[in-house]
Formats: sequence, C-alpha cells, structure tokens
Amino acid sequence: MEMETREKKRIRVEANTEPSESPFEALSEEILFLILDLLDSNPLDKKSFSLVSRSFFAVESRHRRSLTPLRPELLPFVLSRYNSISHLNLTLCPYLSDASLSSIALLLGPSLRSINLSGSRSFSHRGIECLANKCFNLEEIDVSNGVELTDEAAAAIGRMSKVERVRMRRCKKVTDLGIGCIAVGCPNLKLLCLKGCVGVTDLGVALIAVKCRKLRSLDVSFTMITKKCLPAIAQLPNLQDLCMTGCLGINDKALVTLKQGFKSLQALDMSNCQNITQASVSSTLHKYPSLHFLNLSYCCPVNSMLSGLHGVLKLNSIKLDGCHVSADGLKSLANSCISLKELSLSKCSGVSDEAISVIVAKHKDLVKLDVTCCRYITDLTLAAITSSGASLVSLSMESCTKVTCEGFRLIGRHCPKLEELNLTDTDLDDEGLKSLAQCRNLTSLKIGICLKITDEGLIQIGRSCPHLQELDLYRSIGITDKGVSEIALGCSNLETICMSYCTSISDESLKCLSNCARLNTLEIRGCSLVSSVGISAIAARCCNLSKLDIKKCYEIDDAAMLSLAQFSHNLRQINLSYCSVTDVGVLALASISCLQVVTMLHLSGMSADGLAAALLMCSRLMKVKLHVSFKPFVSPVLIDRLESRGCLFQWLNKPFQVQLESSEVWKQQSHDIFVE
Amino acid sequence: MKQTIGELGIELSSDSKMDLKLTRNSESFHNPNSSNYNLNSFNQAPQYFPNLSPTNFLSRAENLQQNLKTKSTNTFEPNLNSGMATQNPPLDWDPHAMLSNLSFLEQKIHEVQSLVQSIIEQQAEFSSRPSELATRQQLATADLTCIIIQLISTAGSLLPSIKNTLLSNNPALRQLVNPDFNNNLKCEGLMRNFPETAKNSEYEDLLRNLDNEADWMKEPNPPPESDIVDTNPIDEHDLKESDDGDAEREHLPPGSYIVLQLEKEEILAPHTHFCVICGKGFKRDANLRMHMRGHGDEYKTPAALAKPSKEPGSDAHPVTRYSCPFVGCKRNKEHKKFQPLKTILCVKNHYKRSHCDKSYTCSRCHAKKFSVIADLKTHEKHCGRDKWQCSCGTTFSRKDKLFGHVALFQGHTPALPMDEVKASGSGQGNDEMTEDLGGYNGNFASEECLTGMDVKGIDESRAYFSPMNFDGFGALDEFGRGGFDLEDNPFAFIPSGFGQRSGDS
Repeated sequence: MEMETREKKRIRVEANTEPSESPFEALSEEILFLILDLLDSNPLDKKSFSLVSRSFFAVESRHRRSLTPLRPELLPFVLSRYNSISHLNLTLCPYLSDASLSSIALLLGPSLRSINLSGSRSFSHRGIECLANKCFNLEEIDVSNGVELTDEAAAAIGRMSKVERVRMRRCKKVTDLGIGCIAVGCPNLKLLCLKGCVGVTDLGVALIAVKCRKLRSLDVSFTMITKKCLPAIAQLPNLQDLCMTGCLGINDKALVTLKQGFKSLQALDMSNCQNITQASVSSTLHKYPSLHFLNLSYCCPVNSMLSGLHGVLKLNSIKLDGCHVSADGLKSLANSCISLKELSLSKCSGVSDEAISVIVAKHKDLVKLDVTCCRYITDLTLAAITSSGASLVSLSMESCTKVTCEGFRLIGRHCPKLEELNLTDTDLDDEGLKSLAQCRNLTSLKIGICLKITDEGLIQIGRSCPHLQELDLYRSIGITDKGVSEIALGCSNLETICMSYCTSISDESLKCLSNCARLNTLEIRGCSLVSSVGISAIAARCCNLSKLDIKKCYEIDDAAMLSLAQFSHNLRQINLSYCSVTDVGVLALASISCLQVVTMLHLSGMSADGLAAALLMCSRLMKVKLHVSFKPFVSPVLIDRLESRGCLFQWLNKPFQVQLESSEVWKQQSHDIFVE
Repeated sequence: MKQTIGELGIELSSDSKMDLKLTRNSESFHNPNSSNYNLNSFNQAPQYFPNLSPTNFLSRAENLQQNLKTKSTNTFEPNLNSGMATQNPPLDWDPHAMLSNLSFLEQKIHEVQSLVQSIIEQQAEFSSRPSELATRQQLATADLTCIIIQLISTAGSLLPSIKNTLLSNNPALRQLVNPDFNNNLKCEGLMRNFPETAKNSEYEDLLRNLDNEADWMKEPNPPPESDIVDTNPIDEHDLKESDDGDAEREHLPPGSYIVLQLEKEEILAPHTHFCVICGKGFKRDANLRMHMRGHGDEYKTPAALAKPSKEPGSDAHPVTRYSCPFVGCKRNKEHKKFQPLKTILCVKNHYKRSHCDKSYTCSRCHAKKFSVIADLKTHEKHCGRDKWQCSCGTTFSRKDKLFGHVALFQGHTPALPMDEVKASGSGQGNDEMTEDLGGYNGNFASEECLTGMDVKGIDESRAYFSPMNFDGFGALDEFGRGGFDLEDNPFAFIPSGFGQRSGDS
C-alpha cells in the first residue's frame, strides 16, 4: 500500500513535467487490474488511484464491479462511467423512482448480476419490470421493505429467469399469486426470503417447493404458513437452511404428521414458534439427519427434548435462548450431542454451574458459549470451562453478577484464543481486567457498567490487546483520559468505541483516539468535559467516522460541526441533542452529503428557520428526530417534499433534562428492577 | 287359471335363460326386497309406451294391470291373454283395493328391511345372545311369508275365478284386501290361519315353487347377467354375507348386492315418482306423498305420509346397486372393474353427464356446457366470479385449485387479477417507453451533474417521467377498453395480453 502511494506521488510529479512520456502509461491493463484487486479494502485508495491519469481513471472504471451509490439522481452519470458494474447496492438511496431503475437497467443491462433495493422506496413494479427486461443475467435481487410492492412486482421478478437469490422481507402486499409467478418463472432459485410477507400462505410456499427444486435456503419467518406446506418443503432435495421464526401456524401436529424428514437440512430455526411443544420436537428430531444448527429460542420448555438429540449426529450448534431448561435437561443435552461447538443459553432460566460443568466436560470443542443473564452462574462454571481444556473463542456472560475476580482470572489464564468477550454489568474489577489482558487475540471487549474498573486495568488491555476493534466502556465511570489514551496507542485497529457517561473523559482522550484511523463509531454521550476541540481532532484524522453520538456534551458547539462538515465526508448518523450548537452548526452539518440519520433534540441555539434551511440542504436524509415543539414552525410543504423522497420524521416529546444521573444510582435502579 | 299361476311360478324357477325384461317383471312381482316399488313398476312403462309423457301417464293401478297383461301377452300365453283381454272387462277387479294392497306390501317390505338392518347392526350383541337372533329371524320370516301371501292374493285378485273362490273361503285373505290392514298381529293371525284354510293347495304349490326358486338362487353358479333379486333375503346366505361383510359399501363383493339396470329411456325420463291417480310426476318421493294428500283422506294417514324407510341410518338400499346401460362404461355391469352406482339419482346424473350431449349452455360465459341442469345452476352461481386464473386462460373458483393446476403443468403461471393487469398495460409498450426515457435520462442526468442542482434536477425528471409513465398508460388502457367489448365477454382480451407477456419472456 505504501509503495502504491509513493508510486502515485511520483506519477504526479512526472506527469507534470513530462506528460507525454509517463512510464505508467506503459503498464498493461492486466497489471493495473491486479493492483486494483489489492486495493479493495479502502474505498479512498481507489479514488486516489483513479486520479493518477486518464488511463488509470479508465482502468478503474472498467475494473469496478460493485457500487454503493449515494445519490440516485447521479446514477446515470455514474453508471455511464462504471458500465461493467455487476453488483449494485442501492440501500443508501431511500428515494428511487421507477425512472432511475429504468436508467439503471438500460445502462448496465446484461452485466448487472445483483441489485439490492432493500433500503429504497418509491419505486414500483414498473421499475422491476424494466430490470427484468434488460438485465437478463440478474442473479440476485433484494426488494425487502418494499411494503408497497404488489404481486405485479413479484411477477416481474418471476420474469428474471436466471435469478437465484430473492429476498423480499416485509413485502406485505405480495400474495400467493406473486409468489406463484416467482416459483414458475425462476427455476434456478436457490435462496428465497419471505420473512414477514404476511400475504403469503401455504399455497405459495408449497408451489415454490414444487417448482424450485434447487432451493437451498428458505426463510418463511413470520408468515401464516401451516402444516400444509411442510410436506412439499420436505421434498426439496437440496434444502439446507430453513427458517420458520415466529410461524404461529406451525404446531405439534405439523411436525408430528410430517411423514418424511428433511434429509438435507442443515440449519433449522424455529425460534418464537410458540405453538410447538418439546414433545413433538423430540419425537421428530430424527427426521433431520443432517442438522448442524438448531434454534429453538423463545419456543417452549425444552428439557425432555434435549435427550432426544442423540439422533442428530451432526448437530453442533444449538440456540435455546429464553427457554426454560433444567440441570437435568442440560445434562442430557451434554450426553446426547456428540460434538457441540456453539451453545447459546441466553436468558435461560434454570442454568446452573453444575449443568454447564457437565456440558463443558463432555464437549471440549466448544467454541462459543452464551450465558447472558444466567444469574446463578458463579466462578465454578468458569473453573469448569477452564479446566476442561475447551478453548472458547466467544464468551458472553452479561449480567452474570455472581462471577467474581477469581473467575475472570481463570478466563485470562486459560482462554488464550478468546476473541469476543462480553462482561457487561458484571463484578469485574481491575484485577480481573489485568488477567483478561492475557487474552491477546481479543477483538471485541464489552465491559460496560463495570463500575469498579479503572485506568489501571484498561492500560493493561491497551498494552496487550493490539487486535481490539470494538471496546464498550458504557458507564464504566472509573475510566479517565489516561486509560483511553493507552487504548488509543495500543489498539490502532479500533473501529468502535463507546464511552458514554464516562464523565471523566475529556478532549485529551479524543485527541489520542484520533490516531485510530479506522475509527468509525464514537459514542461519548454525556461526557460533559468534551468540547469542540476533541471532536475537531477526531474529525480531522478519522476520516471513516460514520456514526457519532455526542448527546449531552454541552461544551460542543458550532466549531465541532464546522470541522465535521469539512472533514467527515462519511458521516452517516449523528446525535447532537443538548449540544450548544446553533443554526450555523446545523447548516454546516447539513452540507455533509452522506448524512442520513440526525437526532436534534433540545438544541437551544437552533431556530426554526435554521432548521428549515438545514432540511432544505440535506437532501439525503432518511430519518430525522426532532422535538415536537418545532413541528408548527416547519413548513408542511418542506416536510412533504422530504417525506416524498423517503425521509422519515419523528417528532418526539421528551422532557428537557440537563442533570445527569449518577451511574451508581442508575445501576442500582436497574438491579432493583430485576429483583422485582 | 290356477294352473296358469302355477305354471308361471314353475316357469320362472326353471327357465334359467330368461329374457331381461321378463326377469324384471318377475322381480317386480316376487321380490319382497325391492323397496322402490314405484320404480319397478315404472321400469316397464317406457318399453311399452315409449312416447308416454308424464302428464298423461297411466295411473299406477292401470300401469300394473298393463304390465301383468303385457307380460302374459308377450311371453307366456298369448292366446290365453288375448282371450282374457276380451273376456274380462277391465274393471272386473277393484283398482283401489289393489293399490292399497300394494301400499301395504311396500310398507311391509320396509319393515322387514329395517328389521334386517337392525340385525346387521347388532351382530356383535347377537353373538353373545343367539336366542335373540333366532327370534328376530323368526319375525323376519313371518313378515316375509306375510308379504308373499299378500303378493299372491294381489296377483290373484286379477283373476276373477281365484279371487272369488279365495275370498269367499278365506276370511283372512279378505281381510288382507282391506286397505287399512297393516297390523303385524293380524298378519301373524293370518299366518296361523293359513294352514287351516281349506283351499290352500294352490298357495302351498306357489310357496313350494318360491322355495325352489330360492334354492335355485343359492346354486353355486347362478346366471351371471341375472338381474334377479333374491326372493328371500333373510336366508342363511344373506346373513352370512352381512356377517363377514363389514366391508364398506364401495367394496361390496360382487354378488352380494342386486344390480338393477335401467334403460336409457327410463333414465332420461324427467321424473321418477308418479301419482297413481292423476299421473303427475315428481322428482322426490316426499313430494309425491304430499301430493297424494290431495287425493283423499286415506293418503293422509301417518303411515302413508311417513318416509319409506323409517331409520335414518338404515341406508335404505344396503344391497341394491345400479348399472349404467351404456356398454363399455365402467359403471356398466359388463365392465371388468364394474363400479356400481349407488342410487337412481346417481344413475341419472352419471348417464347424463357421461353419455349425453351437453345441451345446457351457461348464459353468462357462453362457454361452459352441461348436461345436468343442476350443474348449470351451480356453475351459474359462480360464473364470472372465477377470480383465480392461470396464464393458460383457465379460471378457477378456488385458489388452491389454481395452485394445484399450476403445480401440475410446466410453464403455467398464476395470472394476476384483472385490474392489476390492466394497470400495467402491455409489457411491450412499457419497455419501449422506458427505453426512450432511459436514453434521455442519461443525457439529462449528466447535464444535471454539471449544473449541480440536485433538487431541481430530480424534480424535473419526475415531472418529465410522470405523464409518460402514468398518463400515457391511462390512455393506452382506455384504448384497449374501447377495442374490446368488455360487457359481452369479460375475459375476451386476457389471452392476447398473456400471449404478449409470454412472447416477451
């Protein structure tokens, strides 16, 4: 990479002096393509590459295969430059007319392979018909959230004969007729997502199963399907992934009366199917001989079912979130499964040390364990995990309040492979944190609401965990600039950091964090010491910043907004409630072309006119949260105009509350709620 | 004359190659199991009176008389019969008495039927209490004998000499003639009285003959095409049949049921129940019974108004099935895999649907034709409301039927409802239009880029597109509507629309 940039600099110098004899003109297209292949990680690199010369520009245009445009009105221009785009992601274009789609279809034509329209509104079946007519090589289409799309749109998809992956979540107006058109017209279909398509019934799904024999993945979550379509689905020879979350029409009878099993099924998700019981599940488990993953979260009590798992030899991942399990049930799970790799018992009542100990003793391959909110877990569990020789990669034990420093020490000593660790709301202290620093592979560490930790422990983390990408220090009030600066020094790959309500944090921390060039998410809600200086430092150096939460940072004013407007071209989402920002700052912010989600409550310095001007400038907005008191002062014409482009207005009526609650009180309150 | 009857009986029993019509005559004469007496008597009518219309249909009594006459005329003793016709004036006997006798017979037969039915239903209980079974059997036998006597006396009443001698010498038989006579006890009394009668030799002969006939029926190889009915349904044979015959009615073993075959003309006759007095035809026996009340008080008795079979679960015809007269049809008894029809109504509907022209055309769609008027009426209820349509043009009244059809055939697609199809216009026009627009849009957008006026640009483009996209199609749509006569045929332009679509893809 560095070589590249050096080269480019040289090119520029030479191009100025001897434009006609640039040695880089001699580079063949293949070589340039190879170089471009290596530049995929950072979008800005490609931009600078294309600025080298005309030929580089042309080569970059020809090389690019995927595009995520931000402004639909520029699409014709952009696409006439990048005319070999095969993957088009339009999720950032909330307003996309049929005309835009028709121009896409014309300009890209057969080269388009994949299009994602899941974030767009305002287009209709006409646009999809244009795609169907021109882009006959289309393999993947995502029209999720097209709540206004009708059967005509589905019929248009049905005319794309080569399409293999169709996602249509929440297309509520699509009925069996539309699905029938897809079933008949798309014989190559491999993936179909009908999640939340409430108009679809057994008939449509059964027809899909009859006609699309290549189907591998089917998601019929939150639809009205019943047992009638299951036999047809079971006939699918290649089905690997079946998701039936929240299908209330699936009951015991549906499972039990099913004569044949799902021979090829590898992943089955029946979470939130509240009308099935463990008896039917356990008696039918043998019908899924190839199952790898089973999700029965929030489904039914599962105790007796767990002993039936021995029939499913390949099962290695189970999710039982929110189910009631007993120690005996978990023991039989341990005995009946052959090799368990992932186990999720989040919010399960009845999980005990003993049960977990039995499981980890049996299953040494366990990689991922989630015992969130299993409040009866103590150090004994951790002792069992660490002594069994299991090498966990991911451990989540949020709100396991009985675990003590000793337990954390065990984790640090015996889980060197740990990458993800969630210890939010536990009794973690500095000693424990120091031990955890031995897990050098950590990429994600969540230690929010750990009131006992201080800089001492955090410094240790910063020094020994260089791969850390995500750090959550929410309400860990013992943290100060000293610890954060050590993190910023040690963890240069940091992408996400949350320091909300760490009230001791000041501009110093942000200045240090600005060294983390990859930082894209910064949450410093309620850090009242932070001023515009810190934000300006971040804005100037973290050019990938896309999400910023500075609510109740009272010191931050227009200066921060101006520097954000100047440098942070990738900012997508910002919350600046309670900041000391005036019309000037808001207008400056509005000039950021990427900005999509803005929350501006209780901005004392903002006037209705300033808001109106800002809204007029911000044409890309998708969601704006404003105080309801502004509503009468903003022209309804303006609001209509923005709404017609896909912007959503939320008028909130939150009371003005300056005083910050102390985190100790807050934590105590949250615990009181649990006890009740 | 006495000899004649005797000969008749003997001939019936001995002649194994009887003419079909003849057998049916004998059946109507002898068969106590034939519950639908009307039918049997009616069966013959069209053969001899093919042009008979229901309005001037002969009364039932006359009909019967004619049957008996023609039977003897055509088959047995032409000379004697012609002599009889000339010698005996038609009203030598009392038709009302005859009718009442027949009604009594009918009721009696139903009684026996329900009795047998109850025996079948309570088989399990009987296995533990054999004595009760025996009592029931006796009861049935008594009833049957009573029926036979009644039959003979009825037939005998047609022959004056017998009638006179019999009635004068046998008070029990005179009692039988009385239309109000329908008492079991009296009947049993008759049974007791019977052997005591002085001149009972003829009846004994007859009974013997009948027994012979029953024996003949039990022979291992009965004539295969025989329509003949078991004259004595409560014999051992039958009971056994029902014993191992807990098979469903659909799978009755061949031979365990009676096969009746109506002729084409009979099937196509509009009514099956006829008033014996005025000849008015009815489709349902209940209607006929209600009609009969108008003919006098004697038909208002609860017995006359009652349903022929009193037990709803008794399946009035456990052993009667029908054959379609169309040779080669699966419902024809000659067919290897003969599947009998259950009721006379089934016969009629089957014959009309399968072997007749579909002469009733739907007045709405002018496409669907039916041979059974009820089918037409059912169709007309839903015609035009078949909202589920396939791309091949076939319409369905139910969505699951459409999806079954689509699942079955390659390339067939569910068609979207009319209004949506209309709204989208023809696919082809749409494409061309967007192509033009797209081309323009490309130039336009790049200009817009240069000016950098995003807001204005997109608004203009919308304004530009909207009339072409929407208003344009509106006009097209209207044109289409004018071109086709929607009033006349609501589906007229669907196939063309779909042709275009499939042409596209």
